[in-house]
Amino acid sequence: MGLLSDPNRRKALTGLLTRLNTPICIVCYLAGIVWFMGLAFEPFTLRTYMSENAMGSTMVEERFSSGERALSLAKEFDAHKRKAGGMPVEWLVKAMQSRGLEVFTQSFSRKLPFPDENKERYMVRGTNVYGILRAPRAPRTEALVITAPCSPGNTNNQAVALLLALAQYFRNQIYWAKDIIFLVNEHDLIGTQAWLEGYHHTNITGMEYSPLQGRAGSIQAALSLELSSDVITSLDLVLEGLNGQLPNLDLANLFYAFCQKLGVLCTIQGKLQRNDWDTAEGYTHAAQTMMLMVLKQACGRSWGDHGLFLRYHIEAASVRGINSFRHYKTDATTIGRLLEGMVRKLNNLLERLHQSYFFYLLPSLSRFVSIGYYMPAFGLLAVILLLRVSFPGLCHCFSVSLQPSSPGVLTVLTPVVISHLTGVALYLLPVHLQEMAVEHFPVSETEAVVLTAIAIYTAGLALPHNTQRLLSGEGTEQGWKVLKLTALLYLAVLLGCTALINFSLGFILAVTLVPITASITPHMPKALYAVVMVLLSPAFTILYCVFIYQELIEAPVSVSEGWMLFLSVISQGILDHALYGSLVYPLLALFIYPCWLMFWNILFWN
Amino acid sequence: KTVCDLNLSSVLMNSNLVHRADSFFLATKMAAPLTLLLIVAVTIRAVLFRSSWAELISERVEVVSPLNAWKRVVEGLALLDLGVSPYSGDVFHETPFMIYLFHFVVDYAEIVFMVSPDLVFCLSRFLTSLKQKYALESDRYPADCLELLRSPKEMFYIPLKVAMFYLLNPFTILSCVAKSTCGLNNAIIALFILCTLKGSALLSGILLALATYQSIYPLTLFAPALLFFLQRLYIPVNLRRSSFWFFTLQYAFIYVGSLVVITGLSFFLLGSWDFIPSVYGFIFSVPDLTPNIGLFWYFFAEMFEHFRLFFICVFQINVFFYTIPLSIKLKEHPVFLIFMQIAIISIFKSYPTVGDVALYMAFLPAWSHLYRFLRNIFLVSCVLLACSALFPVLWHLWIYAGSANSNFYYAITLLFNFGQILLVSDYFYAYLRREHHLTHGLYLKKKDGTEATLVLK
Repeated sequence: MGLLSDPNRRKALTGLLTRLNTPICIVCYLAGIVWFMGLAFEPFTLRTYMSENAMGSTMVEERFSSGERALSLAKEFDAHKRKAGGMPVEWLVKAMQSRGLEVFTQSFSRKLPFPDENKERYMVRGTNVYGILRAPRAPRTEALVITAPCSPGNTNNQAVALLLALAQYFRNQIYWAKDIIFLVNEHDLIGTQAWLEGYHHTNITGMEYSPLQGRAGSIQAALSLELSSDVITSLDLVLEGLNGQLPNLDLANLFYAFCQKLGVLCTIQGKLQRNDWDTAEGYTHAAQTMMLMVLKQACGRSWGDHGLFLRYHIEAASVRGINSFRHYKTDATTIGRLLEGMVRKLNNLLERLHQSYFFYLLPSLSRFVSIGYYMPAFGLLAVILLLRVSFPGLCHCFSVSLQPSSPGVLTVLTPVVISHLTGVALYLLPVHLQEMAVEHFPVSETEAVVLTAIAIYTAGLALPHNTQRLLSGEGTEQGWKVLKLTALLYLAVLLGCTALINFSLGFILAVTLVPITASITPHMPKALYAVVMVLLSPAFTILYCVFIYQELIEAPVSVSEGWMLFLSVISQGILDHALYGSLVYPLLALFIYPCWLMFWNILFWN
Repeated sequence: KTVCDLNLSSVLMNSNLVHRADSFFLATKMAAPLTLLLIVAVTIRAVLFRSSWAELISERVEVVSPLNAWKRVVEGLALLDLGVSPYSGDVFHETPFMIYLFHFVVDYAEIVFMVSPDLVFCLSRFLTSLKQKYALESDRYPADCLELLRSPKEMFYIPLKVAMFYLLNPFTILSCVAKSTCGLNNAIIALFILCTLKGSALLSGILLALATYQSIYPLTLFAPALLFFLQRLYIPVNLRRSSFWFFTLQYAFIYVGSLVVITGLSFFLLGSWDFIPSVYGFIFSVPDLTPNIGLFWYFFAEMFEHFRLFFICVFQINVFFYTIPLSIKLKEHPVFLIFMQIAIISIFKSYPTVGDVALYMAFLPAWSHLYRFLRNIFLVSCVLLACSALFPVLWHLWIYAGSANSNFYYAITLLFNFGQILLVSDYFYAYLRREHHLTHGLYLKKKDGTEATLVLK
């Protein structure tokens, strides 16, 4: 408080901040980037360790041995799937019943807001089949879920078959203290969403589904299984869920521990772990793995069936088999044992997984970066906004603008309101105007939605400052300062909240938005800065992310392919919002974009 | 002394004349914006009442507390209708008056909640009476301080600004849409302030008793109200003067008498004393530890049970303790003291909500002449804004996502209260500094002629 009440020291502090404002900001920005890149350097990260007592000390013995039977089941399932031309519900119900499970089905239907061209679906109608193995040793108040999506075509048969084989094996064991639910869902995430909503009696996305007839206790954890070949070379763990939510780190630790025990190759983001952290290649590898995680988390979609469970406070992860035709092979029995081990450990849980971290980044499966280590990287970027806000000229404007009679407030209010109305248009119009667009232009519905979104985005660049000039005449010197102050504060709060919910998204937005927003004034060369601002706008950020992502998964694309991918990313983003309630699209359309428009306004102030 | 008195009375007459001419001019000039403001405020509320947000808002812990949640009022009413004492469960904690009020107007509840903040808007009128005081002051102070005094033109807009700060404050709107009974309590306190400033000791005493009956804490407003009346009647605060004691006893009698009558009436309404432990016991002993924007819940959830009584005393004393030093320091400025007391109550009370915060924030435009002396107002506004945005985010992470925990939420609560305390102390310091400048001149010089700075220690 001495600093706050002693005027001399305050004067010294503000003097220092004013004189060195720009150098401090530049140093902060660079330090933020360097800090973030340093997170992938192994000595700066922590080794993962099992925090949960119930899963730590008691090693279980895995005896699952019917891997071969699972593979023959897979063939049978495949045949029935072909015959039924979709999910073979009858066969699955019989197969589960014959293995001693209580079997129920749930039908659901959902009309997408516009056709999904990636997966070629519009009116979705399907059935979930699930069987419950009742726990013989405990009062059935808790449950675990193993799920395998029934995908179209040839994929994922082995996963469903392994699920059935596991059910048969588990049925004969007596140590289960939690009910185990085996779920085969159709239409991947839509089926999972319908089942979860039915299980928890909620309806948040307007899905139509029949109520569940059989239920178990509160679900503690869930594993989603994706296997498409008889033998695999490695198992990949997928953690990123809806809105960038992650399961408890102990679930990843559990997977890693069993992979080590059974000698299965395990990857994360499809990347193997390397031991040469002190070489440049080793560091680059870790950095790439972490960047992939950041990009996947930032886009806020669910990267596997597990991602929707997280919203219901259920720790979940997807285990994906990868067959890359290397020499190292793992058979279905070993995968079955691995799952048996994981489920038995989860069965031992006395309370929900909560001991370990929920906020982390993984440069490799055995190393993690916790929130305390990565937040400073964001903090260093966010503090630039606050430093620019505390710029004394702006501070003075603030006290002036407190008087409602002064013109400051009104001149600021107009651009703020107009920017936000543009944002609302960007959020509402693409989906609502698709019919009209299809009528008048030779495009499909999906293209209509995406192109309308891009058109509104571009139109927004022209609209606000023109309207504002029309309404209130020439902008004053004080006016833009007040507007900049408002916009900086708004952006700081916005990015702070975003980074808390989804660190990666907040960080990526901060990296691109902070430099230009911190330095913008109307007195700069307009054309040059307009180009720079557009190149650093949210839409271009998405475009860069698409290219970087393709580069990182070692599937680089040409510019035109990248553009097509960019369009499909936008349509997927809008669909994810409508279908599962992903928040990235509304966040960008309703808040980030209007905020960016406010800075755009400042550039063209007079 | 007589000369001085004569001088004073002539100035008073003068200013009265000016005032009358002004007020006619003012009334016509202010009516339009005030009506517009009212229409805007009511429209916002009506729209929100009808929207799907209303339900969401009424569940927010920042907006409703166990004391004033509408859900609990409905529960109490249902029990009352069944002929059971509404206090028989552990759900209902309103006073008997409140439940009987809603018993009759439950169908019009929305209208009641819409009207109640508008009552507070009466508050905005109070500054007309302050105006004369400032007009008087202008003679007495050194010439260079004239820029510190408010010109009548500035004063015109203050009622409008106060009304705007209250009616359009998002905190008030949220609290109103959630149908939190906090709005009614605020209306009672506002009416009390209005009656006090209009100089009606009887009404002021009765309304203060009603406010105390509603939520105990306004008890501390007794001191500023008394000081105001003493000042108004030119009675010096002197313990050896009989006139001082006579008036104090008179006011205390009105206050205590009406308190006794109100409590007695409640007893006859319900036929039992159930409401005493259920309302006042609930406020004092803090049994409900639902998270809110206050300081109590986390502390008492973490505490060992056998220290509970001690710490309850420590926490509750905070509200009442500051009355004594503040009354001594601000005995010449009872209106500012009222503001300080209301702010302290809303920070340190056991179940605070954003509605309480809105009440003292409505006073801020009344001290617009202090802006030039405020030092941290920018920092404080940033902190309060950021906290308001972070409350729902961290609540989401804690309760829905399950990834954060109560420590994250409490950290923001602490920051929010830190901001509030900084705000109040900043205003206090600015007020004292203005008084200092009024008596010593605006541009202080050190003995050697250089510019001096004031340091608060």
